[in-house]
Amino acid sequence: MCVQAGATLLLDSVTLTINAGPPTVLIGPNGSGKTTLLRAAMGLLAPTSGRISWGGSEQTPPTKRAIVFQRPVMLRRSVAGNVLYALAAAGTAHAERHRRAGELLRLVGLESLARRAARRLSGGEQQRLALARALARSPDVLFLDEPTASLDPAATKTIEDLVRKVSAAGVKIVMATHDLGEARRLAGQIVLIHLGRVIESGAAEAFFAGPASEEGKRFIAGELLVQEGSGLS
Amino acid sequence: MGNGVDDVSALHLVLSGDSTLFAIVRLSLVVSLTATLVAAILGAPFGALIALTRFPGREPVIVALNALMGLPPVVVGLTTYLLLSRSGPLGAWGILFTPAAMVIAQTILVTPIIASLTRQTIEDLWAEYRDELAGMHVRPARRVLTLLWDARYSLVTALLAGFGRAAAEVGAIIIVGGNIEGYTRTMTTAIALETSKGNLSLAIGLGVVLLFVILLINTVAWGLRRASERLVT
Repeated sequence: MCVQAGATLLLDSVTLTINAGPPTVLIGPNGSGKTTLLRAAMGLLAPTSGRISWGGSEQTPPTKRAIVFQRPVMLRRSVAGNVLYALAAAGTAHAERHRRAGELLRLVGLESLARRAARRLSGGEQQRLALARALARSPDVLFLDEPTASLDPAATKTIEDLVRKVSAAGVKIVMATHDLGEARRLAGQIVLIHLGRVIESGAAEAFFAGPASEEGKRFIAGELLVQEGSGLS
Repeated sequence: MGNGVDDVSALHLVLSGDSTLFAIVRLSLVVSLTATLVAAILGAPFGALIALTRFPGREPVIVALNALMGLPPVVVGLTTYLLLSRSGPLGAWGILFTPAAMVIAQTILVTPIIASLTRQTIEDLWAEYRDELAGMHVRPARRVLTLLWDARYSLVTALLAGFGRAAAEVGAIIIVGGNIEGYTRTMTTAIALETSKGNLSLAIGLGVVLLFVILLINTVAWGLRRASERLVT
């Protein structure tokens, strides 16, 4: 699959298989193409060429996918109102919505803030609310785009615990991060992306034990992966 | 304002609850609020439609809509007069020199203001919400309703701008209403009449009442907006 914006190739001949199971974590520096890959997989961005198939079919209903953006936008409603809106959009029966919203808010630990204006939540709380909204449609696959970027350690831990809980419940998590520590803690499968290309992918344990690619070795060693010629002079 | 009230101070008229004065105030409010309501029903969805659709000639339409915010009231009055006069295409309606004709003229003045401000508001909110609503698989019709609902506090400002325009104008309604005492006389047409007669104290008094009414409506709208905003933003 390729994704191009104007003259810029955002994803370059990406071929990737993501299996069910523990979280798949896309790692790579900022601007490497992680978000573009998630957006394309979510169906928010049409590939310039190539295709995405789900279980061998391109006809999988999009309702089975959900996404949490790096900076989720809170609708101008209460915390509960945001979840109820997502449930309505997901087609949940009206009589079921309040019960289900209560369950989701309990899951993400926002039950006590249900009546607060969503925009007044902290960054971590907003991420948890975005997660509850995404789970409103009971997705098979949940895409998370750097869900802990700019969060403090406590908020990061809360989100990571939630990711584990949701993954354990059978939802496939596909998550982008540039935080190696987070990738180590969560990933079952690692996909290293750099300059719009998949450099390597495989089991997380094997990757962290010894990456197959030169870029992987440098990334793990904490070196900066930058495009040649992009440095300041 | 005949029957000897010309020599009475405006303050006394207000304090004594003069029925003629209050009939004028009531008619002014009924005409301007009705025109604003009709303009909102026509203009808000039209503005939202332009904000959310892309079509050839969209930019000229936006420029024209913005330009129409500055429609000269006397031109609108003259055009409406020609439409509604006995020999005009809508002469059979027989509503020239009635409050209905005044509502039509003010609706023509106010609709572009509400449509244009709605277009800008919805376009800005759409830029913010687009990814989230797409991620939640919200259907197009529901997107429009969501944007209108979530932008409601900003749209109140558009309505107030429209109402202000309607309540303050005199050129259109004096042409199509005829300034008939007890029937189509409003605060602005009465001010114009009393000024031309040299009854400046009465004209000033009516002006003060007009300003007070507009200030009161804006204060109430602002208060409601602030109170509601605390709950959802």
